[in-house]
Amino acid sequence: MPYVQHTAEDQQEMLRAIGVRRIEDLFESIPESIRLREPLGIARGRSEYEVMRDMAALGARNRPAGALTSFLGAGVYDGVIPSVVGAILSRSEFYTAYTPYQPEVSQGTLQTIFEFQTMVARLMGMDLANASMYDGATALAECSMLMTDGAKDRRVVVPAALHPRYRAVLETYAADVDLEIVPVPCAPDGRIDIAAMTAACQGGGVLVVQQPNFFGIVEDVVEIRRALDTVPAANRPELVACVEPVSLGMLVPPGAYGAAIAVGEGQSLGLPPMFGGPYVGLVACAKAHVRKIPGRLVGATVDVDGRRGYVLTLQTREQHIRREKATSNICTNQALLALAVTVYLSSLGESGFRELSHMCLVNAHRLATAIGRLPGYALRFPAPFFREFVVRCPRPARAIIEAAKAEGVVAGLAVAARFPGCFPDVDERDLLVAVTEKRTAAELDAFASLLGRLGGR
Amino acid sequence: MEPTVSTPVKAPLAGVVPAARANGTTPTLFEKSRAGRRAYRLPAWEGHDTRPEELLPAHLVRQGSIGLPEVGEPQLVRHFIELSVKNHHIDKAFYPLGSCTMKYNPKINEDVARLDAFRGMHPLQDDEDSQGVLEVLWQLREALQEVTGMEEVCLLPAAGAHGEYLAMKMIRRHFIATGHPERDLVIIPDSAHGTNPASVRMAGMRTVQLASGADGLLDVEKLKALLDDRVAAIMITNPTTVGLFEARIVEVNALVHAAGAFVYMDGANMNALVGVARPGDMGFDIMHLNLHKTFSTPHGGGGPGAGPIGVRGVLRRYIPGPRIERDAGGRFCWGPAPDGAVGSIHSYWGNFGILLRALTYVKSNGSDGLRRIAENAVLNANYLRAKLRHAYDVKYERPCMHEVVLRGTGFRKFGVKTLDVAKRLMDYGIHPPTIYFPLIVEDALMIEPTECETLETLDQFVDAMLEIRREMEENPEVILQAPHTTIVRRLDEGLAARNLELTWGGETRS
Repeated sequence: MPYVQHTAEDQQEMLRAIGVRRIEDLFESIPESIRLREPLGIARGRSEYEVMRDMAALGARNRPAGALTSFLGAGVYDGVIPSVVGAILSRSEFYTAYTPYQPEVSQGTLQTIFEFQTMVARLMGMDLANASMYDGATALAECSMLMTDGAKDRRVVVPAALHPRYRAVLETYAADVDLEIVPVPCAPDGRIDIAAMTAACQGGGVLVVQQPNFFGIVEDVVEIRRALDTVPAANRPELVACVEPVSLGMLVPPGAYGAAIAVGEGQSLGLPPMFGGPYVGLVACAKAHVRKIPGRLVGATVDVDGRRGYVLTLQTREQHIRREKATSNICTNQALLALAVTVYLSSLGESGFRELSHMCLVNAHRLATAIGRLPGYALRFPAPFFREFVVRCPRPARAIIEAAKAEGVVAGLAVAARFPGCFPDVDERDLLVAVTEKRTAAELDAFASLLGRLGGR
Repeated sequence: MEPTVSTPVKAPLAGVVPAARANGTTPTLFEKSRAGRRAYRLPAWEGHDTRPEELLPAHLVRQGSIGLPEVGEPQLVRHFIELSVKNHHIDKAFYPLGSCTMKYNPKINEDVARLDAFRGMHPLQDDEDSQGVLEVLWQLREALQEVTGMEEVCLLPAAGAHGEYLAMKMIRRHFIATGHPERDLVIIPDSAHGTNPASVRMAGMRTVQLASGADGLLDVEKLKALLDDRVAAIMITNPTTVGLFEARIVEVNALVHAAGAFVYMDGANMNALVGVARPGDMGFDIMHLNLHKTFSTPHGGGGPGAGPIGVRGVLRRYIPGPRIERDAGGRFCWGPAPDGAVGSIHSYWGNFGILLRALTYVKSNGSDGLRRIAENAVLNANYLRAKLRHAYDVKYERPCMHEVVLRGTGFRKFGVKTLDVAKRLMDYGIHPPTIYFPLIVEDALMIEPTECETLETLDQFVDAMLEIRREMEENPEVILQAPHTTIVRRLDEGLAARNLELTWGGETRS
């Protein structure tokens, strides 16, 4: 095995220096009764070629959506990834380093995180951002917990159209720490029911708003803010916005509607779907909350010669200093993926990112219009949407998906079948369709015709 | 053996480095931005003329610029390459950061993770289209069960601390389900990682600290005094953070079980045990592994990692869903967790890309290679201990496991602190060890060489440490002012915290 390279002579020399005869002598502190006598029941090591062949064979048993014409989104989007992202991420300097505890030899990682924080804060329209969390759902759960920590009203108001996986994670984190989850239904148009929301928001805590929501619908965040401001300040919940970052090229950012914290899933900013991870949770906040937020923060400073440099800062919030009083237990987070996001956003830049968002918006509407004209099909909700929408099909969505698959198309998500019991407003005919920048005009039109053909069968 | 002396780099002659480069700072990408530049062209699309306001309510359309930088591809690449070379990393040189297991990251693992057959898999695809990824998870789970001796492994946690958190939630669930919510106290030795107590609190339980014995191990008598019917669990790092095996672990685990509580093993230091001994055989109920440590997935500058947990006995029923199953026909599928299990802890199914690399590593090493990991990691650490014990204060005078902890008290008399030694090592091209942890060793220097380093590298490190020891007596100023050769010198952390500048152009007084 090529990763351990001691020769027999080296080992002898080392054992002599240590003053023992055999390597086993070094394990004497482990009682005999619990030492393994047999080799592990795992195949012996194999060559790189054999292992690669084996792993490729496992891969061949997949049918990746990325290789097909995919309209499956639901929080994970198969977008373009510029070659520069992979090129920078495969630099040993970045991927084989660790958390920048020693800033003098970690300025590369520290400055890229500083630039990441800046881009996330600007995207979100917020004062500042942290260095990342595990993913969108844990970012939402941890921030909701922290914003209610120590408050008299430990409650989180959650709209029905929050992504069901996010809701599930939020419920897990809330359980056992006396954090109450207060549900708010959808209005018939698929948006949050603002009257019900306002009624539920009289008891402090936090209000979560997902933008766009799970159905792809654009919430009227300006109206939500207005409604929230009618609640007396003492009882008014803080707003936690959970946003899909690509939408921020077109939609007003959380800072513009008074979010205290904005979180999101960074996967759509240059990360492959990779069966659900690793992704990167984005967290941005208003200045007032900087000491509450979880995760690492990089700040600028100077060295003894007055040169600009970067360090991990406000570490007194963190577990290695505060232990049980820390704002979070998070230690290792998702630094390399934060770098991917930084390179991705730099690559598209202001105009490219705007164009990307615009393109997704326009293409999704082109497709939705074409589908809406098909006999038997209709958009399930009338509210405005960004790049994803729910289609009411003439047959069960599962049947449509199965039939489309035979033609190399991933038609979308059968919402009721995948998340049974989560949404009273959808049934087995409802199909969630997403459009990314990879879909050409021809593919959009072909998909609409395919649905037309499948609808009648 | 007479150590060869590494010559510290001399300060450059005045004027040798042109003034324009002497500063060494890299302007941010925001400073390099010029309106109109752009590195990436999107695919062709129709409808550029459609205004967003035609499709969205006008009051919800973003106005004004976002403030993303505008650069071309060549400038972008140069920017990040210039930054990259300011990092120390394993592929460049020795990185003995204790408790972090900075071992070599095999390149095949990266090649596997780049296969489109894995990258393109959406987490909500049907099971029949996901047979390869599900089998990867199945095989890794089986392998980790064998390595740990635990009955069932759950691959969902995204990092070690996330695994700790899940485990504490499972224990909490158990005591609530069995009608003992009053059992909410978790014993944490004072040598533990800070993540342990933080995880306990997030799971809605309380902590009580257990002072370690003079030998650095669990004080069994003090533990007995703490065990009562309010205790839910104890979290034990084994080998401990001082690099010693808990010799009385079987007895300790039996004691805790007799008191009706569970024993958690923090598996951060599993690199010392792989193929040698198994937590399951020691009586642990639940544990986590850090795949980015023991199983060599890259540390990525601070993640992503993966922190699977292994579980035995009654706690298994609290493992969250979905769980991978294999039917009689050999087909893999997701199955639900039983009622009462802990709910979801991750957006999807964990850090699959990391799990994939770990499985590749298991296959490359095999049972024979995995055992060599622990043997050589322990050999390397003991070699450093033997070579440094005369010049430095080794806290515990007996064979260590995978890491050795030195005490900073021995060189206080020269006015030199642990931090100074760490900074001076940078001038020798070596990443400093973990410092000031564990808390039970005064001014600790925690050195973990890993199995991957050759005798030559270890000797170079020893030489550097001995040379620094000589400098303490002859020229301590050179240590106190270190580092001298890095891109920046010591940074003002106090200033960073007082005058918070967390974004470019966004100074915030805290």
